[in-house]
Amino acid sequence: MKTVYVDNNATTQIADEVREAMLPFLTDLWGNPSSMHTFGGQVKKHVEAAREKVAALIGAADPQEVTFTSCGSESNNLAIRGGAEAMDKPLHVITSKVEHAAVSGPCHYLEDRGFRLTKLDVDSQGDLDTGALVHEVKSGKSLTSIMWANNETGVIFPVSQIGELVHEFGGIFHTDAVQAVGKIPMNVSELPIDMLSLSGHKLHAPKGVGALYIRRGTKVKPLVLGGHQERGRRAGTENVPYIVGLGVACDLAGKKLSEENDRVKAMRDRLEQGILACCPGSRVNGDSMHRLPNTTNISFDFIEGEAILLMLDDRGICASTGSACASGSLEPSHVLRAMNVPGTAVHGSIRFSLSTYNTDEDIDAVLTELPKIVQRLRELSPFV
Amino acid sequence: MWDYTDKVNEHFRNPHNVGKVENPDGEGQVGSLACGDALKLMFKLDDEGRISEAKFQTFGCASAIASSSALTDMIIGKTLEEAEKITNKDIADYLGGLPKQKVHCSVMGREALEAAIYNYRTGKTWSKEIEGEVVCHCFGVTDKEIEEAIRNNDAQTVEDLTDTCKAGGGCGNCIPELEAILKRVTAEMEAEKNKPVQMPMTNLQKIHLIEDVIDREVRPALRQDGGDLELIDVAGDIVTVRFRGACSGCVVSAITLKDVVEARLKENVSEDITVEEIK
Repeated sequence: MKTVYVDNNATTQIADEVREAMLPFLTDLWGNPSSMHTFGGQVKKHVEAAREKVAALIGAADPQEVTFTSCGSESNNLAIRGGAEAMDKPLHVITSKVEHAAVSGPCHYLEDRGFRLTKLDVDSQGDLDTGALVHEVKSGKSLTSIMWANNETGVIFPVSQIGELVHEFGGIFHTDAVQAVGKIPMNVSELPIDMLSLSGHKLHAPKGVGALYIRRGTKVKPLVLGGHQERGRRAGTENVPYIVGLGVACDLAGKKLSEENDRVKAMRDRLEQGILACCPGSRVNGDSMHRLPNTTNISFDFIEGEAILLMLDDRGICASTGSACASGSLEPSHVLRAMNVPGTAVHGSIRFSLSTYNTDEDIDAVLTELPKIVQRLRELSPFV
Repeated sequence: MWDYTDKVNEHFRNPHNVGKVENPDGEGQVGSLACGDALKLMFKLDDEGRISEAKFQTFGCASAIASSSALTDMIIGKTLEEAEKITNKDIADYLGGLPKQKVHCSVMGREALEAAIYNYRTGKTWSKEIEGEVVCHCFGVTDKEIEEAIRNNDAQTVEDLTDTCKAGGGCGNCIPELEAILKRVTAEMEAEKNKPVQMPMTNLQKIHLIEDVIDREVRPALRQDGGDLELIDVAGDIVTVRFRGACSGCVVSAITLKDVVEARLKENVSEDITVEEIK
């Protein structure tokens, strides 16, 4: 059975080019980039070349503004905890109710240590309450962390507008751009963004590598101490093969940006329209005007997400759900609940997220199988 | 990804007895759309009072559907009295077990059965409020259900309660109350466990106990008066003893025999004991 992978916001396949570029660093070139001898030292230039590629994809003015980390979560922790602790006095941390746990986790950590925490609402379309943001940033110097694009709905936040507001009142702005990097064009040097997190495995590099963009002049206290690596911002011998892989992945993502926004978006739209047309009682969650080109989140009335996912899985189709039943807790998606999506629609929500590796046949497969599954489960439901 | 058993997978993918029963004798529905799972169960009885037909409709995850399907299989052919004895554990066992976080799916099956039987017997629609007070308002869980989860499903923490009956899994406002109920019921269970239980004793246990009672409660008193007592035999409830020392010639030894020896043994071993003396 062919696997139809439409869960790319969870993780992505490793690009062949990325794997090939990594291999020498897993075989012959295993030296330590900090070594004085040629054997080790020669590796350093490959790390720096990767840094340049990451910087190029996000539009950083200087590659030294890129710090390599082990993952997107570490990048978020470094930005939020490291950023807040480097500021003069206890301050105000502002975030949204729809952040990934890797952002809300460190925000709550700071709250427990005396920082004031404000979590901004979103509306029923998943768009940020910018009015409330204006009110909050005025109250004093803040560290504001708002995601660039939401992982569940794909809704894109107005990071430029948010950053300007934060800066106007002397605050620092971090954005978790893990879902946005490689999917939409960006140029941080021209945006009011002080820090930006990205993750390798969301853009066809392997799991276990990420990066944090730290604008020149922004103070961050390191979380991992005890070494000079990454200009003192993160101790630990560099994960050279993965950093090289991330560089190549960023290079590829830059080249494929237009395809992402044109072919992938067209496939996503066809999938979405097809599902809405052949599954009555289905609806799209989130603002479809401001949205990543690869993501759609659709709710099906009267049926439950885990059951849909398992039946899709039987047919080789990989997707995700915001249903509580699949998560191990009874709490369904905090993102959809923050949007006030009705309970039944939250429990029956499915996220499809595509990549440039998807084909029209993949979309056909979902459109052939999904309506049968929805109909089958509705036959079982007492509410139909 | 959940580690579902083959049986859960089989019942989820090919559920038995899906749909509605025409003119059902009993019908019950538990859960809701907002809660994320719901189950409607209907049954019909034959002339002998056995469940001849049972069908279900379920909104929920794979284990909710599998639990519903298993339940219908289990109750068909049973009388209501037999069906009533089915516990949520029986449903889970029938499926080869459920992941810990999914136990509440089997509880929902058990509740739907209760609701349908209540409907048959009273003609009324069952609701949880009939049997208790709602403690967890997010999932409408009553104090009675919480107590059952503690007693029958060995829930020991709030987390266990959430897995078993969903209580506390929503806003969390009821958690202090859940902790109080846990504390109360656990203490009650502990007290019940420590209460002496009348168990039939083996002969050997009985002899040891008689020896023990004589040693602790009889002999010290006799020895104060320079006497003693020897255990000769235990045959059923007849205990034969012989007085020694000062007691053997004592004029009140017959009174001692009944008022002290027999009385202590009746009190500590068995009401039916009689003591006989051999000289």
